[in-house]
Amino acid sequence: MASSKITNIVLAGIGGQGVLKASDILSEAIFQAGYDIKKSEIHGMSQRGGSVTSDIRYGDKVFSPMVPVGEADFLLILNETQVDNNKHMLKPGGVMIAPDAIDMNLLKNKRSFNVALLGLLSTYLDIDEAIWQQAITTCLPEKVVDVNREAFALGRQTAANPGR
Amino acid sequence: MNAATRRLLSGNEAIALAAMDAGVHLGIGYPGTPSTEILEAFSLLKQNAQWAPNEKVALEVGIGASYAGGRSLVTMKHVGVNVAADPLFTVTYTGVQGALVLISADDPGMASSQNEQDNRHYAVAAGIPMLEPADSQEAYDFTLKAIEISEQWHTPVMLRVTTRVCHSKTIVKQNPNPPAPVQPNFERDIQSRVMIPAYARPAHRKLRQKLRELQAWNETSGPNKVHDGESTLGIITSGISFVHAQEAAPNARILKLGMTYPLPIAAVKQFAASVDRCLVIEEGDPYLVDAFRAEGIAVEGKDEMYRYGELNVNRVRKILAGDTTPEAMPPKGRPPQLCEGCPHRYVFTLLGELDCIVTGDIGCYTLGVLPPFNAMDTCVCMGASIGVGRGMRDVLPEEQARRVVSVIGDSTFIHSGITGVVDMVYNPPKTGHVLMILDNGTTAMTGLQEHPGTGRSLDHHSTNQVVLEDVCRAIGIKNVDVINPMKTDEMKTLVQQRLASNELSVIIARRPCILAAPKITQYERAAAQECGCSHECAETQT
Repeated sequence: MASSKITNIVLAGIGGQGVLKASDILSEAIFQAGYDIKKSEIHGMSQRGGSVTSDIRYGDKVFSPMVPVGEADFLLILNETQVDNNKHMLKPGGVMIAPDAIDMNLLKNKRSFNVALLGLLSTYLDIDEAIWQQAITTCLPEKVVDVNREAFALGRQTAANPGR
Repeated sequence: MNAATRRLLSGNEAIALAAMDAGVHLGIGYPGTPSTEILEAFSLLKQNAQWAPNEKVALEVGIGASYAGGRSLVTMKHVGVNVAADPLFTVTYTGVQGALVLISADDPGMASSQNEQDNRHYAVAAGIPMLEPADSQEAYDFTLKAIEISEQWHTPVMLRVTTRVCHSKTIVKQNPNPPAPVQPNFERDIQSRVMIPAYARPAHRKLRQKLRELQAWNETSGPNKVHDGESTLGIITSGISFVHAQEAAPNARILKLGMTYPLPIAAVKQFAASVDRCLVIEEGDPYLVDAFRAEGIAVEGKDEMYRYGELNVNRVRKILAGDTTPEAMPPKGRPPQLCEGCPHRYVFTLLGELDCIVTGDIGCYTLGVLPPFNAMDTCVCMGASIGVGRGMRDVLPEEQARRVVSVIGDSTFIHSGITGVVDMVYNPPKTGHVLMILDNGTTAMTGLQEHPGTGRSLDHHSTNQVVLEDVCRAIGIKNVDVINPMKTDEMKTLVQQRLASNELSVIIARRPCILAAPKITQYERAAAQECGCSHECAETQT
């Protein structure tokens, strides 16, 4: 039973930033793209302003729901303070998407920062843009869908023009 | 792959879906991480979901529904089973009519708990069959299986899940053929249901006979599976440990146990004999290892260092390699804290300033122990603040006794604080005692659930309200004050006055949780619309 290639993603931030919402959108997109997926996170005390992380793993067949230390292909960080305590999750050569990757001032609504970072991450993943758009619609209340689609587009453009 | 027939669900959501598919008549429990979302999901599926004041009452209500021929699902976190243990140890004697499924949601690693007790021991101690799912699909399938077993053998069944099963999302396919619905109907069976010694003695023998039959069934027909692999390494495992083991040892032969009490010992013996090296991978206590060794089966267990905390793929790799080098501590993240603007902050600032000895309790307010407050001296279990504070007052020299304050939240007070107040009244210390109830109008720590003190049911609709100050006065507390903790000077004067007196006092610091306040306003508006009168009507009720 040789394990096929699994993509490991860790999202990290602090309570209230939308880490879990971002991981919901990401996992919905992966699920709709037809992969096997497992997503794992800790609820409870972490909601009170503490560190929050969410692990997402996908591929042909996923076993453990937790990304092993040092095996994350992508580490997406929503808050600068969470870099040091999460960078050990990344594998050598893995991609870290840090919060300064997005210019906050270009966002219409700063609460959609999480979705802007997803837009950037999406350029690395083999998932159709239409599926992403649908996942945003599925996971968010109708009144904030448009502003989050714009944030997502901003993230994708940022990836296309990294030399800002 | 057809997305329409597959869903991405958490283990908790999968349990709720299975309960709906099986026509469960009543879901009841007390909130507690990681179990809370089961009943919330059951309610969102438009099913009958209720919060009980505590886990003991939840299980008793579930027992009643099952005696009446209905199907019931009773949910709680691991430490909740301690509270429910009294009825649990006897309902296994009485048996049930309709299915009774007890969810024990354990928290190895203590993501949000005061201990990491391993509730598999409860299955043995109480004589309740136990199933352990590894992912959401099994959480769904095993809930249905638990209902079948419960009705076939007329026994309650425990579904033991852990944080990573409850809160991980994995893909679930629904079963098109769930158990056929049943209709509640009372049938008198006095000798089975009334546990006087004369009836309980034969009931105990009957229970042991049932468990022997269940063991025989589990040997051949239980939800256990051998995943074939090389005979050089065999792994016996259950629950979430299974998926870690599959990944850590992709070529191993694995016996994955779905039903871990009563254990299929003959199947385990046969498996162990089929491999060169047989290793047990289990999270927490050496439950399986000890049971197998007691039967004379030669198996390797994990080193004691792996008893603490959760397992994961890397730790399982190390267990397989016999690696016992000390593990690096993971980098510390930002700890949780009381929110900015949280009303509890004012109380703990004051208690720190007055140099009180604070016996605390379980909830968001336990965070009062952390800097900058450092204003909590004890925290044991739900409701313990009151008894522990009273015990200290009883033996301490007067100067110290006078500084003792018990602090408890509104939901925890309802859960198990009331009997502590009865004790205060019955055995008053010479210096009196001061209890502060931090009433923020919600069960905040577990995610803003309702409780009897809010006057709203699980789905946030209006119901009868238990009024905390009325309860305390009725029990016999002379000084009961309700204050706004943000009026810090008034609060300080009052607390100082009560600490100086030799009487019993309850001070209710009432101010809604800042996270709950907007939602509470919404529920009140909706209630006002339902009753057809103005919004003011709802406001005057609170």
